[in-house]
Amino acid sequence: MRENDLVIVRPEGLYCPHGDFHIDPWRGVPKAVITHAHADHARSGSAHYWGAARGLGLLRERLGRQAAITPLAYGERLRFNDVTVSLHSAGHVLGSAQVRIEHDDGRVWGVSGDFKRDPDPSCDPFEPFRCDTWITEATFALPIYRWTDTRDTAVEILDWWQACKRDGQTAVLFCYSLGKAQRLLAELAQLTDERVFVHGAMPGLIKVYRDAGIRMLPTETIANIKKGTPFAGELVLAPPGAGGTPWMKRFHPYSTGFASGWMRVRGGKRRAAYDRGFVLSDHADWDSLLRTIDDTGARRVLVTHGHGDALIEHLTARGIEASMLATKFEGEGGAATDAEVPDAAESPDAAVAEADAGGTGSE
Amino acid sequence: MKRFAALYSRLDDTRGTSAKVEAMRAYFAEAPAADAAWGLYFLTGQRLKRLIAPTQLRAWISDATGLAPGIVEECYAHVGDLAETLALLLDRAERPQPMIERGLADWVAWLLALRERDLDAQRAALLDVWARLPLDECFLFNKLLTGALRVGVSSGLAARALALHAGLDETLIAQRLMGEWLRVASTARSSRERPAMDGDSLACHRNSAADAFAALLAPGSAEAHPSQPYPFCLASPIEDAPDAVWDAGLPSGLGPVEAWLAEWKWDGIRGQLIRRAGQTFLWSRGEEMLNGRFPEIEAVAARLPDGTVLDGEILAHDGTAVLTFAKLQTRIGRKTVGKKLLAEAPVAFVAYDLIEWQGEDWRSRPLAERRAQLEAIVTETAAARLKLSEPVIADRWDALAASRAEARERGVEGLMLKSLDSGYQTGRKRGAWWKWKLAAMTIDCVLVYAQAGHGRRANLYTDYTLGVWEGPNPGEGLLLPVAKAYSGLTDAELNKMDHWIKQHTREKFGPVRSVAANAEVGQVFEIAFEGIQASTRHKAGIALRFPRIARWRTDKPTREANTLADLKAFLKR
Repeated sequence: MRENDLVIVRPEGLYCPHGDFHIDPWRGVPKAVITHAHADHARSGSAHYWGAARGLGLLRERLGRQAAITPLAYGERLRFNDVTVSLHSAGHVLGSAQVRIEHDDGRVWGVSGDFKRDPDPSCDPFEPFRCDTWITEATFALPIYRWTDTRDTAVEILDWWQACKRDGQTAVLFCYSLGKAQRLLAELAQLTDERVFVHGAMPGLIKVYRDAGIRMLPTETIANIKKGTPFAGELVLAPPGAGGTPWMKRFHPYSTGFASGWMRVRGGKRRAAYDRGFVLSDHADWDSLLRTIDDTGARRVLVTHGHGDALIEHLTARGIEASMLATKFEGEGGAATDAEVPDAAESPDAAVAEADAGGTGSE
Repeated sequence: MKRFAALYSRLDDTRGTSAKVEAMRAYFAEAPAADAAWGLYFLTGQRLKRLIAPTQLRAWISDATGLAPGIVEECYAHVGDLAETLALLLDRAERPQPMIERGLADWVAWLLALRERDLDAQRAALLDVWARLPLDECFLFNKLLTGALRVGVSSGLAARALALHAGLDETLIAQRLMGEWLRVASTARSSRERPAMDGDSLACHRNSAADAFAALLAPGSAEAHPSQPYPFCLASPIEDAPDAVWDAGLPSGLGPVEAWLAEWKWDGIRGQLIRRAGQTFLWSRGEEMLNGRFPEIEAVAARLPDGTVLDGEILAHDGTAVLTFAKLQTRIGRKTVGKKLLAEAPVAFVAYDLIEWQGEDWRSRPLAERRAQLEAIVTETAAARLKLSEPVIADRWDALAASRAEARERGVEGLMLKSLDSGYQTGRKRGAWWKWKLAAMTIDCVLVYAQAGHGRRANLYTDYTLGVWEGPNPGEGLLLPVAKAYSGLTDAELNKMDHWIKQHTREKFGPVRSVAANAEVGQVFEIAFEGIQASTRHKAGIALRFPRIARWRTDKPTREANTLADLKAFLKR
């Protein structure tokens, strides 16, 4: 960080000194601009929030009815002292945003929040803009991470479900309650019209998506089903935290799957001990991270959570100034951990900083 | 290779034993015989000798992907498997013409031929294949290339599947799978290789694999190759015996002590010594052919009559007494031995059992009969390099327990108990053979370095280097590394430790991290080990035998961990 940077790291989070506001702070602050509703980005306790209008429903679910939230349309410009701020679709989850900060002296900074470039029927697509300095997430910033066509993954999931049906098993698919679950329901809706059962953590979030006009498969909450009802042949969506708990007993016999970017690597899959791993992420893969940096035209890149070292080395070799920015964002849970990690969307306080974000660089 | 790739992912995706066996059985039934032979070879955990050095592969991957070596390295540290890292890095959306399908046997032949070519030709051939194979096949191809293909089923399970396919008894199949059943693999393993394969030798390679597979499936008990060993009979830890066996700390529930043969549990190399058709073969329990490494044992074997197979232990031995494991260690890994080494570290074969006599399989005869004949053979041979494993005589269980207590002084791990009326069984079947080891020694150490594991523990810091205080008192001086331990923690504990390590990293050295470790901060682990020896190769001056993590001492501050002096006190015992 240097003097006069438009965004710096403070103990309470990313901060814009010129505009005197925070972005996704991890403690309560007077003014908080929120990129999206995941627990490690949208935390309660701040006096005033700004967020994308498309994600207002989700922010309300997360921050509560009482929170003072000002919705902003994508592209709408807002003054904070001598900077102008606007939010731009990030393609991560419904209503997710990148933050564009333009100083009156002409400098433009961009903060990616979490983002992806792959098509997703459950949210608006990523919308690139030019900037001088780009603060990027780096959850999957290793060249081994490359996503295949989402449709192929959806077909794989459907095949597995059908195979479970033949074998008289319940297909229990673990996925994050906010974003991934809805994306799966929307992707599968293009392939089938069967009903899906969901864990009790999900219906509220699914309703917000439905209210926003996202077309998804019909769902039924497990809690509303009479005890003893058989689930053989059914698809059940549940947060990873539900794995290995007594809640699972009712589905016996079952096959388990996990939909996550981490499933690209066999070690992650084997450690987590799911029967099937489906590679599906709401974060940018290596190619998308690089393409996006190209799209922004930024000459300086600051890297937040994830595998920063490789990205920094790669960019530096290409003449782009790159360094680490230590934050407490988690990216997609389950990196060096597994199903025991509480779902980010389930327990806001379980967010433990991976202080390792940059190895020694983060200290 | 598509068929084998499909089997591999099927085995990967299913956890049930019967589903895995069925998947393999179907593969054996459907695959062409030569492919099935090689598939079986890999399923039973055997591998090709490494073809190309990993550093060379990494450099070529850098070339193929345009990624800096440091980034390739970082990916490898994250994935924990070189073949997988390479396959993932090479997996691009756009592919030139896809590969023409080639069976597993042909791929193996292609790889073996590749070994004979110069570096430039190897590089060009690999870059071409890498660009054209889809992810799953590229992964398997790289696994073959790096000689690291492990399938995640036990060889016993593969044998069961083959037995089902063949309609033969599992024990017979297990026996046929011992040793070099796929001889084309072992000839390829030798250093002096035939020239690059042309069409004829490719067909020959394929035919000999197909023949080997057919021989496995042949009905009845077809004649084995003279080198073929028997599956080893293994003992179970007596701690696993039913509770009813125990009475006041003695396993007297096993029955009268006279019904059991007690022997010292030696710590050497378990081996099978075969004399057949005028030839000698020495196998390790890991089914490694040890011929050439222990010439003094082969010399004595030449005096045994044809059709003799002995089970025993290779030990450093001066003709009158057993020497330390450290002595034997100087012989391990040496493929050829010079006069000096032969004089400094002589070995002997200490015989436990007689498996074949006068060409007849003796495994179903009772141990008492086998031992009686074995004694006669050893006495008759009267050689310094062939000894009988002497029985430990006791008329009561408590007397036997008293002998066991002397085990450490004698340099053995404890006692073996073998039922005198038992047959020589295949593998570990509980009940007839027990190992009654001494409790391990333990010491509290402090974590100093951590390294990420492999496979399912990739990217998880699971391998620990542990140290004791230099002293004079705990918490004083440096922490001197004394042990490297790989496991012993539960998954939940490993995750916690992984998190702690990442938060307390001091320095990174490639895949290794040094962690905070001083009198105030650090993690203490109780290490169990089987033996201790003075060593000039280690900074601390001692080497531990079989160190492993017994407990995570979250209750202990680092300043209460043990000192080097505490550890050295074990040397004197």
